[in-house]
Amino acid sequence: MYRANVLVCGGTGCTASGSASVIESLNAGIAAHGLEKEVRVVTTGCFGLCEKGPIVVVYPEGAFYQSVTADDAKEIVSEHLLKGRIVGRLLYQDETAGGGVSSLSETAFYKKQLRVALRNCGIIDPEDIGEYIAVDGYQALGKALTEYTPEQVVQVIIDSGLRGRGGAGFPTGLKWKFAAASEGDEKYVCCNADEGDPGAFMDRSVLEGDPHAVIEAMAIAGYAIGARQGYVYVRAEYPIAVRRLGIAIDQAREMGLLGEDILGSGFGFDLDIRLGAGAFVCGEETALMTSIEGRRGEPRPRPPFPAKEGVFGKPTILNNVETYANIPRIIMLGAEWFSSMGTEKSKGTKVFALGGKINNTGLVEIPMGTTLREIVEEIGGGVPNGKKFKAAQTGGPSGGCIPAEKIDVPIDYDNLLAIGSMMGSGGLIVMDEDNCMVDIAKFFLEFTVDESCGKCSPCRIGTRRMLEILTRITSGNAEMDDLAKLEELCYHVKMNSLCGLGQTAPNPVLSTMRYFKDEYIAHIEDKTCPAGVCKELLSYTILADKCIGCGMCRKVCPAEAISGERKEAHSIDTNKCVKCGACETACKFKAVVRA
Amino acid sequence: MKSLEELKALRDKLQSDMALREDGEDKIKILVGMATCGIAAGARPVLTEFVDEIAKRGLRNVQVGQTGCIGICQYEPVVEVFVPGLEKVTYVKMTPDKVAKVVSGHIVGGAIVQEYTIGSETA
Ligand SMILES: Cc1cc2nc3c(=O)[nH]c(=O)nc-3n(C[C@H](O)[C@H](O)[C@H](O)COP(=O)(O)O)c2cc1C
Ligand code: SF4
Ligand code: SF4
Repeated sequence: MYRANVLVCGGTGCTASGSASVIESLNAGIAAHGLEKEVRVVTTGCFGLCEKGPIVVVYPEGAFYQSVTADDAKEIVSEHLLKGRIVGRLLYQDETAGGGVSSLSETAFYKKQLRVALRNCGIIDPEDIGEYIAVDGYQALGKALTEYTPEQVVQVIIDSGLRGRGGAGFPTGLKWKFAAASEGDEKYVCCNADEGDPGAFMDRSVLEGDPHAVIEAMAIAGYAIGARQGYVYVRAEYPIAVRRLGIAIDQAREMGLLGEDILGSGFGFDLDIRLGAGAFVCGEETALMTSIEGRRGEPRPRPPFPAKEGVFGKPTILNNVETYANIPRIIMLGAEWFSSMGTEKSKGTKVFALGGKINNTGLVEIPMGTTLREIVEEIGGGVPNGKKFKAAQTGGPSGGCIPAEKIDVPIDYDNLLAIGSMMGSGGLIVMDEDNCMVDIAKFFLEFTVDESCGKCSPCRIGTRRMLEILTRITSGNAEMDDLAKLEELCYHVKMNSLCGLGQTAPNPVLSTMRYFKDEYIAHIEDKTCPAGVCKELLSYTILADKCIGCGMCRKVCPAEAISGERKEAHSIDTNKCVKCGACETACKFKAVVRA
Repeated sequence: MKSLEELKALRDKLQSDMALREDGEDKIKILVGMATCGIAAGARPVLTEFVDEIAKRGLRNVQVGQTGCIGICQYEPVVEVFVPGLEKVTYVKMTPDKVAKVVSGHIVGGAIVQEYTIGSETA
């Protein structure tokens, strides 16, 4: 037995910031002090606070260290592990609470969170099935196989109120019920780990931090609908997730938790990984299934629905990674436990990838019904640099924005839809006064234009026409009736596209037009960008009364657009200016203004 | 693995590290003074003996940790025991062979081993 465990995050974020060398240094220090028998170093998945990585947590004290370097690791060994003295200067600094705190659960970042899907991320070693078993892993599968009929499993999931976490929010239990009712000698259970939303990374974190939870859930789903084979469709750009999932599947097979006659029940189930090339459209369910079959990932019309005809034409269910991560807990603790969390029609929790203009970027899991204000101001620690919160984008390229005046709306599936956004997979990008909403809409539309598979014309051509109009607006070449045209196109593309990609592509445009129409109008009528983002509408000038003629701006200007005598007011030649903004940053006297 | 019983037995066997990572608020804490003076006086073998003894008995609600110098260097190795809701008990001049008695008497049995406490030393 060990007296202390040192947990180091080995997720994608912390690996990038150097956690491997921290682990090496910890192990070397522990060996040098002869502590091998007392202290164990464990590589875990993501803790959520990726911004502050590499993260190291020492138990039993629960001391939470941030931005740890290899040298810091030596100090943690010689001070904390050897002498029991917590290294204060490395402790996570809780800005909102005004100082260092030692324990994880005390921080503002974690206090309001409720970890169900992420329960084991950052707690266990994902490459050791023993650790998962020690936290009740595979007990839910055992319980389902020995205490429940497949119908009862489906009923528990229906009663829990769990809805899909991959985007649309379809009730998971119902989906399982349809597939269970479909006739078929072969059926399939699939997991969507394509995670195409450019702002989201919770599915990656679950696979990296707790892969067995997904495996266990898929086996439970297999039992419930009568399937013996499953596929996890994961993008090849997630190498750590793919590797850990592969290790987990092998270990589960070795222990007899996948394969024939699981736990002596007679039920058999196995899993394979299918790698995707990272096309956004391959996250759409019919395209994903076609891709699993080894064909080009293109959507097809529904019906037939996958519950009747899915992979290889057989009844299939497809659920998202986070959806599955909830399943073992629901089986263990019951439908009532799960449905006691959340709002009337959205039960449980949701994981969000918090990014953009926010102090604590990272992964947060909150009960449904938490307000955006709580996420931004409390968990997220507010908007940096004293700037004002302007809006948040949820649902990525399929979603929309939540403006500041809706910051107190409780977040759930239906409320988000009602205000013109959507839950989506859980990307949450915070924007402040320096973000131009027209530019944001254009950014997402550029993404969908690139990712449109081209199979149907409303999406292929329609989104391109929309982007052309947006480009005209942001470059000052649009007329007022372009706005009406844009809106009409939005509805046309929404109504007539074949798949969800095209049907949701106009959402970012529609929602920014709804809440920030004045910004669109300013771009068109006044040819200005109020947030000062759209380059072609900007001009830089020097205020003669503030300029002291120091020449700093002239030195940094890459286009040699600035001229002036020493100690006399300088000026910018707008014909030469490339609007890089270097002079504005360089001037110490705030003499350069952008308008 | 052939049955759910087997899985449960394995889980119980593997749980000691997980107990470490649980919230420690309602647990008994045993803190061994591990500043330079404590280590010099032989605190390390005392610490490991506590860990082993707790493991041997499979006590899940006990945490063994270290603390710094508490300013009574002449009494090192010093061990403090915190039972939630009760006052702290300080054992002094501890040795590995005194550990079993503290665990069985105090931690399990709830009876303070008076003869090892600081009170008996100063009296
Ligand atoms: C263009 C497009 C991309 C999608 N990408 C994903 C994705 O990356 N991950 C995901 O889970 N669902 C994605 N979906 C939703 C899936 O089609 C499907 O609804 C979901 O995987 C079902 O699982 P759930 O019910 O557990 O949410 C996407 C949908 C569309 C239209
Ligand atoms: S809507 Fe777009 S992505 Fe979907 S099938 Fe049509 S062209 Fe392809
Ligand atoms: S840096 Fe500022 S003060 Fe100096 S010359 Fe340029 S505008 Fe004038």
